[in-house]
Amino acid sequence: MAAPKMREPIESGCPDGFQYMHPVMRRNYGQWLYHEDPRPGVLLHVARSGEKIWTVRAGTQRILDVFTLRKLMDIGDQFAEGYVRFTIRSNIEFMVADGAKVEPLVKALEDAGFPVGGTRNSVTSMAHTQGWLHCDIPGTDASGVVKAMMDELIGEFKSWNMPNRVHMTTSCCQINCGGQGDIAINIQHVKPPKINHALVGNICERPSVVARCPVAAIRPAMVDGKPSLEVDEKKCICCGACYPPCPPMQINDHQYTQLAIWIGGNHSNARGKPTFQRLVAAGIPNNPPRWPEATAIVKKILQCYKEGARDWERMNEWVERIGWPRFFEVTGLPFTKYHIDNWRGARNNLNSSTHIRF
Amino acid sequence: MATKHYPTPMLDVLEEGEWPSFISGFKALRDNHPSERIRNTINSLLGQLEHSYETRMGYWKGGTISVFGYGGGIIPRFSEIGHMFPDSKEFHTLRVQPPAGNYYTTDMLRQLADSWEKWGSGLQTFHGQTGNIMFIGADSKNYQPFFDEINEYGWDLGGAGPCVRTGMSCVGSARCEMSNCNEQAIHRHLLNTFTDDVHRPALPYKFKFKVSGCPNDCQNSIERSDFAVIGTWRDDIKIDQAEVKNAIMKKAAEIGKEGDRSAGRHYMFDNVISRCPTGAMKLNEDDTLVIDNSNCVRCMHCLNVMPKALHVGDDKGVTILMGGKRTLKIGDLMGTVVVPFMKLETADDYERLVEMAQNVIDFWAENGLEHERCGEMIERIGLVNFLEGVGIDPDPNMIKQPRNISYVRMDGWDEAAQAWFNRKRAEKSAA
Repeated sequence: MAAPKMREPIESGCPDGFQYMHPVMRRNYGQWLYHEDPRPGVLLHVARSGEKIWTVRAGTQRILDVFTLRKLMDIGDQFAEGYVRFTIRSNIEFMVADGAKVEPLVKALEDAGFPVGGTRNSVTSMAHTQGWLHCDIPGTDASGVVKAMMDELIGEFKSWNMPNRVHMTTSCCQINCGGQGDIAINIQHVKPPKINHALVGNICERPSVVARCPVAAIRPAMVDGKPSLEVDEKKCICCGACYPPCPPMQINDHQYTQLAIWIGGNHSNARGKPTFQRLVAAGIPNNPPRWPEATAIVKKILQCYKEGARDWERMNEWVERIGWPRFFEVTGLPFTKYHIDNWRGARNNLNSSTHIRF
Repeated sequence: MATKHYPTPMLDVLEEGEWPSFISGFKALRDNHPSERIRNTINSLLGQLEHSYETRMGYWKGGTISVFGYGGGIIPRFSEIGHMFPDSKEFHTLRVQPPAGNYYTTDMLRQLADSWEKWGSGLQTFHGQTGNIMFIGADSKNYQPFFDEINEYGWDLGGAGPCVRTGMSCVGSARCEMSNCNEQAIHRHLLNTFTDDVHRPALPYKFKFKVSGCPNDCQNSIERSDFAVIGTWRDDIKIDQAEVKNAIMKKAAEIGKEGDRSAGRHYMFDNVISRCPTGAMKLNEDDTLVIDNSNCVRCMHCLNVMPKALHVGDDKGVTILMGGKRTLKIGDLMGTVVVPFMKLETADDYERLVEMAQNVIDFWAENGLEHERCGEMIERIGLVNFLEGVGIDPDPNMIKQPRNISYVRMDGWDEAAQAWFNRKRAEKSAA
């Protein structure tokens, strides 16, 4: 039987964005003069031409069902002007040229259950990954962690109480797709992979798996007469990098897959140069459906930051000013040997001075 | 016939609380969607997700599928417990490239929702961490017709696997006064040059382009992309002195000291003048602001605090950093400055940008190890070898400080110094 005739794809690539922009934005492209923040969740941008555009930002559940998407579109048609965009933290933004539409739009969104906020010095929505819903290597869920945390932080999303903006992220494995954040809640495995030797030889391209290990702890081996891989468990850092190319090297575990919290990742060049996040807490149980232990630590850190930081200080700048000893003191988090870096370049993370606060 | 619902006691807990609940959305599809296929699929998906919550384990495995003519763009998912939850046993994600800046009309999103509902699960995300629209949950017979349908009206797949990935750009010139470049043009020039490399994974590993209009870098491009293009400017920050005075009085009012000029000045000293990373600002007695532009590093802080009084300059262009990436395998790396400044105005300028990207990808494709990101290759071979490989001259803006160790062979010093003087002379005569 002849193969069915397949349709050739149109390799159009990235589409033209101008066709989806609000006409005021299209007309004033590159000609904006300044912005104001009339209230949390609302931005007003003014162009050199004098034209204005208001933006109303609302939090979403990120994994949208078509009903919710259509509900948002109905709001966009009825209360806004049919133009939307999404921020990189999956907040939705509605743009309107008529300022009188802002308050009714805010009300319509909040009545429909979408919190308006996430601008300026708020805790905006968390960047998250796929988790148990769809990832092939997840140590935890992602959407669930976000829902559980944002339920607790929704007041901070809707207000301007923080010293500066707070970006939070989660990652459901140690590859850390969630990226850098002021606070990151990431998976940390604490035991080496459990290997199903019967399957390794058939499923895994063994040299690639050996090459994937960041600490060269994996080597080829014959186990029960079959080609397999073995892990030097003394060397293994339990990162799980071998698991994606070799699923029989199961890294996830209901007990030994835990959460760690990192702070101070900052992508902006404002004031200081961009910074990476730093480990502050680990050994946190991966405890669905609400992860109360992780949430409690996050809330504690946020409270200390809110009380201790000066205006415009991001999380990393606050800690840099008060010093890490005081951070551990005010948050009550334990400082352990695991906080001391031993990766490449580790000595750059040690204190080679007498700068010590008493 | 109504299907029996899998019990979801743990997921039910995620319907409580004020933040929008994805579980409530799933259940609405399960209970109310007119399509029996979608109702059953979501019921099954909820069953598997509940099982993950109970056992704290994931149950999806990958595979190799794509649409006809492409090698990537789809994340294949087959359930390892399909026998328990058969109606979602194939649950593939299609990655679709959004426009730069993630703009949509409500009409277009409705059209996409209609197509997706016809073929897929009815679940989607705007956007995944790479920047794609994620259409989550098509079975093995339906992903091709869904792609065919949306491809006809202008949507194409993004990257997945070792390939050029979908790009991301900030809101940019469309709505932000801080922007110094045309993000739409940069994004499409770069991405659509590499369409073949997006669709047919054949590189050492992933390669990401991200574009931010200013050094606030809302797109996280330095930390999260192999090739970060960031708008900046070379001339002076523009100061509207009348607005500086207004900002001082407005700040006084905001901190509860309406009309108290000294309180407003105090706030400005504490929050603007003393926060300038290079100490380049001075506020005079008469509330006029002076900036030593030769020492301004374009950090954006003062503009962020006083967006009405201060504005970016007119001599705009971009800075390009290369080699940023996340943890796997050697640890997190930030991008390194490779091009301190280039103008992006004429067609020739854009051609130079695209050519540079081509050179970088070609060099990395030839010299990168399997599963080695561009930044890891730079770390392994050294920045100088990389620069020589892609034909870019060394520049002191690329470093934080010069080397501190004498263990380096320097018998080419005289030629290198001569090359520097020659370049400087050429730049001077061109200016």
